[in-house]
Amino acid sequence: MKANSDAYVRISHLGKVYPSQRGDVEALVDLNLDIRPGEFVSVLGPSGCGKSTLLKCIAGLEPVTSGNIQINGRPLDGPPDRLGVVFQRDVLLDWRTILNNVLLQAEFLGHKRAAYRDRALQLLQRFGLQGFEDRHPWELSGGMRQRASICRALLCDPELLLMDEPFGALDAMTRDDLNLELTRIWQGTNKTVLFITHSIVEAVFLSDRVAMMSRGPGRFIDVIEIDLPRPRALSVRETQEFGHYTQKIRHHFAELGILQE
Amino acid sequence: MIGSLANSVLRESRTRDVILVLTAIVILWEGYVWIFEPPRIFLPPPSAIFSEFLKTPGIFVRHMGYTLATTATGFLLAVALGVIAAVGIVYSRFLERTLYTLLVALNSVPKVALAPLFVIWLGTGAEPKISVAIMLAIFPIVIDSVLGLRSADPDMLNLARATRASPLQVLMKIRFPNALPSLFAGMKVAISFALVGAIVGEFVAGGNGLGFLILVAQGQFDTTRVFVSLVLLGLMGTVLFYGIDFLERLMLPWHVSQRSDPGATHPAG
Repeated sequence: MKANSDAYVRISHLGKVYPSQRGDVEALVDLNLDIRPGEFVSVLGPSGCGKSTLLKCIAGLEPVTSGNIQINGRPLDGPPDRLGVVFQRDVLLDWRTILNNVLLQAEFLGHKRAAYRDRALQLLQRFGLQGFEDRHPWELSGGMRQRASICRALLCDPELLLMDEPFGALDAMTRDDLNLELTRIWQGTNKTVLFITHSIVEAVFLSDRVAMMSRGPGRFIDVIEIDLPRPRALSVRETQEFGHYTQKIRHHFAELGILQE
Repeated sequence: MIGSLANSVLRESRTRDVILVLTAIVILWEGYVWIFEPPRIFLPPPSAIFSEFLKTPGIFVRHMGYTLATTATGFLLAVALGVIAAVGIVYSRFLERTLYTLLVALNSVPKVALAPLFVIWLGTGAEPKISVAIMLAIFPIVIDSVLGLRSADPDMLNLARATRASPLQVLMKIRFPNALPSLFAGMKVAISFALVGAIVGEFVAGGNGLGFLILVAQGQFDTTRVFVSLVLLGLMGTVLFYGIDFLERLMLPWHVSQRSDPGATHPAG
């Protein structure tokens, strides 16, 4: 049977259990989510709800306990093809220059470095890092480092981009900047993005849909369509519609006792 | 730039301070011998030690060269073997449980006591001396390399796995460079241990090296010659240690301990 082609990522009845000395711990329970090709979906939830576990499962880094994940119609076994990952910490290698850090992705995937040099420089320029190609990570600010790690993830033109709270460690202003840059760059492509965050505003601003997750064990409580026009400017956050979405999400979490209203 | 300049000035002034203190000690020592006149056999003055060296500089330099060669060979072999062992320990559960446990257990044995055994096995040439040097120097290398290889960032390793990096790539591009600062820390300890090993080897058997010179001079109650050898040993140890320190600065400009002032170079972001 051919898998349904209108989902790029299909998560069905996904469950993850960690064995521990005091019995098994359920991290994820019966998760179901279809992500369309080119869609930007955020997973929003409090810390410890298993968002990162979900991302690791999709990246093929953690085996699932029950259910299954399909990528592009194929059941997942190991890291998917054409994948880019960005973590909360930029994990750049201190002994490499920014350019060489970005090119690491090509080396790991077994491509020729030379073939990706131009693309790397282009990406760095698009993220405002021109002039910093030959600097080392420790010479850059946190925001610039995270930009470089996004360039690394994008280098080999992935179809799926997994981002695990990539802006969680940045200050509010840098975070705004990067939110804007990310939507700008995502819009020009047809990349499917799964974005993990615990910021309601960030999730609404970036996403086509927001999947809300509850804690202990992690399960989806609702998936909300964000019907705001694109391209979105930061000022969209002051509109009534935007407020309506954030309020709805906050209310949802409050009902479950995760947030206070 | 300003940071590194300040750093080099700091280092210069540190060298100056060390020279000042050493000069003071030599003057006090010389003065003490002049005033209290202890028997020469207990404590010769620095001036006598210096002129003793000038009497036969060729002999001292030749024996020093021998000890230096033994130490360097033992040290380099210890680094090579130690790093290979560390990689094995990090990648193989079996080696970790056997080799690592064995090494740690062996480390608590006073290894110097094994030197005579090496003479029985390997004779009185350079081999037993190099072997003792390796035996002493390899422990800090293995232990610090294992520590460094293991300290790679788990997220970086996840990223490599998600990008289908080969195990060899992970070793060469992530784990090994990441282990270098730790390896250098181990090498700084190991170089002194290698020197100890070489001297102990020379004490036990053979007719070469500063250890041999000390033994002969001691037999003739020639304390001054003992002191000449000791001073040369001290100089050699210091030069070797700072040689590695220099190499570290050259190879690891990116490491935290080498950066002059990381705060100052941060652009606004």
